[in-house]
Amino acid sequence: MTTPVLEIRNLHARIEEREILKGVNLVIPQGEVHAIMGRNGSGKSTLSYVLAGKEDYEVTEGEILLNGVSILEMEPDERAAAGLFLAFQYPIEIPGVATMTFLKAAINAQRKARGEGELSTPDFMRAVKEAGAQLNVDSEMLKRPLNVGFSGGEKKRAEIMQMALLKPSLAVLDETDSGLDIDALQVVSKGVNALRDGKRSMLVITHYQRLLNHIVPDVVHVFSDGRIVESGDKDLALQLEAKGYADYDGQAA
Amino acid sequence: MADYDIPTLKEEIDRETVEQVLALDVDKYKYGFESDIESDVLPPGLTEETVRFISAKKEEPEWMLEWRLDAFRRFQTLEEPTWAKLHYPKIDLQEVSFYAAPKSFKGPKSLADVDPELLKTYEKLGIPLKEQAILAGVEGAAESVGTPFGANVAVDAVFDSVSVVTTFREELAKVGIIFCSISEAVREHPELVKKYLGSVVPVSDNYYATLNSAVFTDGSFVYIPKGVRCPMELSTYFRINEKKTGQFERTLIIADDDSYVSYLEGCTAPSRDENQLHAAVVELVALDNAEIKYSTVQNWYPGDKDGKGGIYNFVTKRGDCRGVNSHISWTQVETGSAITWKYPSCILRGDGSRGEFYSIAISNGYQQVDSGTKMIHLGKNTSSRIISKGIAAGFSDNTYRGQVSAHAKAKNARNFTQCDSLLIGDKCGAHTVPYIESRNGTAVFEHEATTSKISDDQMFYCLQRGLNEEEAVALIVNGFVRDVLQHLPMEFMVETQKLISISLEGSVG
Repeated sequence: MTTPVLEIRNLHARIEEREILKGVNLVIPQGEVHAIMGRNGSGKSTLSYVLAGKEDYEVTEGEILLNGVSILEMEPDERAAAGLFLAFQYPIEIPGVATMTFLKAAINAQRKARGEGELSTPDFMRAVKEAGAQLNVDSEMLKRPLNVGFSGGEKKRAEIMQMALLKPSLAVLDETDSGLDIDALQVVSKGVNALRDGKRSMLVITHYQRLLNHIVPDVVHVFSDGRIVESGDKDLALQLEAKGYADYDGQAA
Repeated sequence: MADYDIPTLKEEIDRETVEQVLALDVDKYKYGFESDIESDVLPPGLTEETVRFISAKKEEPEWMLEWRLDAFRRFQTLEEPTWAKLHYPKIDLQEVSFYAAPKSFKGPKSLADVDPELLKTYEKLGIPLKEQAILAGVEGAAESVGTPFGANVAVDAVFDSVSVVTTFREELAKVGIIFCSISEAVREHPELVKKYLGSVVPVSDNYYATLNSAVFTDGSFVYIPKGVRCPMELSTYFRINEKKTGQFERTLIIADDDSYVSYLEGCTAPSRDENQLHAAVVELVALDNAEIKYSTVQNWYPGDKDGKGGIYNFVTKRGDCRGVNSHISWTQVETGSAITWKYPSCILRGDGSRGEFYSIAISNGYQQVDSGTKMIHLGKNTSSRIISKGIAAGFSDNTYRGQVSAHAKAKNARNFTQCDSLLIGDKCGAHTVPYIESRNGTAVFEHEATTSKISDDQMFYCLQRGLNEEEAVALIVNGFVRDVLQHLPMEFMVETQKLISISLEGSVG
């Protein structure tokens, strides 16, 4: 069996004194798309931050393996270079830094960390043009400072564009559908689906089923009170949509 | 730029990263080398004899000596100002040597007379002084030397107290431009010097300017004749090498009617434990419809990680928009010096004249910066624009101090000021002290100010995309200063971006 892209074993994490993740177990094989659904406050976003290495969270127990290698001791930038990408629920503004400049800095920083040479400008421009066309990101938008004054849809498109350019082995999409109208949702989903190539794996975090109509998952997990309480195929999402999360309340206690 | 690409060098570091620095084992200030050159150094101390000695060394005419002695007499009545937000032990001028010159330097400037060690120093600094480049006068020849300035730049190099060499002079002379050391101008062009020296910054303008007037040793002189657009960037490179010397240079630039010049200034000094004094005066005069663009990249030694050593930089820079529709623009990138006290200003005397000040001031370690500008609106329909970006990191203090005033006759004066401060870490300070005075109902002054921090969320976002902490800070800071960066000449822009990264290394723990 090939090594799974992501393997989480009995992960416990806390912020300050409060334990948020209480024993998460999850395996995502190569090429699969898994969805995590759960109520607000169930710890879904915390899981994404802990995977990416945000320093406010402390892992107290467990293990995270990315392509078979533990990433717990790695800095966020090292995790990124190792192939982990997080599409933020609320992308951060970087004033004065043109989106294009940021893309180039990110790509070259990761290449440098992996001991590869800088991408040549023509190669970079070609890649940007290609990814931009897919996501309706034009050159005008690329000149604007990253996320500054972007609409909700523009922010999410810029996130997926970065994902397309950085080519991660694991993409974590945190509430990528939030703040999107139906047209924007389709553009973003199309962009995400274009990256499903049988090798890349994804973890899609959402509390609405509607995103999963567009990005159809291989496996759906239900998240409640800091752990996965049920897993199933895509129909599980439909059941959740119909019945809500009430059945899972208290189950984790 | 092969010899130049040493971005591992840095000046000062937060306490948290001291270990990192110790592991690196070298002083990180990249210009911190000392050149082994024999020098004539005047023993420390300041008396009337010192002034006479300097004047005699420069073979100055009597009127110049009198001018200096007048300044010296006035200086003795002045007190060191204390209004700036700067803290440093009182400077004992009797401990300072007021004159140092490379020994091998004498008389007329031909490169053959210049000490090869000195040429090596300038080569290390990336200054295009290579003989063949200058003798051949071929554009682009200097490029092969490897220079942060690019090829098409004429350079006046000042080493301690004397101007060592000025390049491209003959090229410039063809269009009537005078570009030489101020000492030479005093001897060769007394009529221009007499007319303009001290006409913008009066002899007793302030404590440091008065001191400079008495003991200034060298500097650059530029005269652009009527209707001439200077075909290349002019540049002065200042270097302090001797121990315990002060550097007191004097620069005078005159742009006659309908002329244009762009001027660049760069500075470095070796790393030393003692503090060294630098008190320069720069005077700009723009006549009718003339334009002067003056850009500075100040990278004097800032002191070590504990705040020991470093240059005390007390500079008076002022431009006089004397003619109608004249235009003076100051752009400064201040990353060096332990103490910076500097307010490049514009007197908007001519009707329709325009003044601009674009500033990036970065302080890290224990550096202290008190800098800003004055825009004095005297003429009708004058306008000014101030964009100041202060970045404070480490334990530093960074103050913007500015004055905008409109005289009763300055009808329709306009000013726009934007002061932004960025804090990195929680042990530094940023302060904004604007003075705004209008004696005129038609004046419109706008002032905007912001203070922000690099947020943890911004850092995390950049790190998640693969940038390391230093790359992330450099990227965010470069974004913060973008409005100012684009006003720098191309020659300085790339260098400045690198300098910003180097100055802020170690600012995140």
